[in-house]
Amino acid sequence: MEAEAAKYIGAGLATMGLAGAGIGIGMIFANFLSAGIRNPGGAPKMTANLFLGFALTEATGLFALVIALLILFS
Amino acid sequence: MGLFISQAHAAEGHSPLEQFQINRLIPMEVGGVDVSFTNSALWMVLVIAGATLFLTLGMQRRAMVPGRLQSMAEMTYELVAGVVRDNVGSAGRPYFPFIFTIFIFVLFSNLFGLIPYSFTVTSHIIVTFALAAMVWIGVTVIGIAKHGLHFFSLFLPKGIPIALAPLLVVIELISYLVRPVTLSMRLFANMMAGHTLIKVIAGFVVALGLFGVVPLVVTSAIYGLELLVAVLQAYVFAILTSLYLNDALNLH
Repeated sequence: MEAEAAKYIGAGLATMGLAGAGIGIGMIFANFLSAGIRNPGGAPKMTANLFLGFALTEATGLFALVIALLILFS
Repeated sequence: MGLFISQAHAAEGHSPLEQFQINRLIPMEVGGVDVSFTNSALWMVLVIAGATLFLTLGMQRRAMVPGRLQSMAEMTYELVAGVVRDNVGSAGRPYFPFIFTIFIFVLFSNLFGLIPYSFTVTSHIIVTFALAAMVWIGVTVIGIAKHGLHFFSLFLPKGIPIALAPLLVVIELISYLVRPVTLSMRLFANMMAGHTLIKVIAGFVVALGLFGVVPLVVTSAIYGLELLVAVLQAYVFAILTSLYLNDALNLH
């Protein structure tokens, strides 16, 4: 296999890490919604934590994206 | 990005990563070290100027019933004050100005970076790593100064069987040492990925002709998401800084 082709395949494989971030973000919002429906009074207090969890989860997926970009452009 | 994108951009000769290029505006050299005034430095100056203007103008009138600008300034202050209060407690009050400064700098860098044709200071890992390393070194020094050698009990969680201790100490030590890397990487990756994504999708608008309406709408939606991410990442940076500070001040 050509090295160039392997590079593109590797970069594509590296982006698969974003699937984990997708699952994680989905779980955060799903659990927030189900908890918020059970107890609507407590939901507004937890929005800060919701977005904190969202940001932390999203960042883990982006590490994979950084690796993909590193493979492509270095 | 590969072939597809480079074809989409071939007409204009633009790459989605072109926005991260650092240009020397005023070349300077001191003792063989390149200290040129770059576009990154220019935007840092603009960020500081913007933040200073926002806070001074906002607090100029000091009205009992705040206006729009004043309540924005007060809400920013209250947000960070709340983060420090909730996460560190009263022991963290002396360090509040530092955390507030970092929050404001990151927030304004992120937001200024979203202005079209501007430069995002925080999309370069060296900038975010310098911030994170400053936080990490500062927190470690504070911890050692306050607790002396007792500070190292941070690496041994309470109430674990002694047989597990050697393993856990190593894990805790690694997770402590990797903190500046994750802290800086989180901000840098978010900024860089977001801006690249906007540029890539924006590149399709012209290339697709009439169907370019679809990527145009998507770009607008992602721009909204990026506004959220810009504020959120500054908030997360402030929260994690205060969490690390809490570890050093109160151990656990």
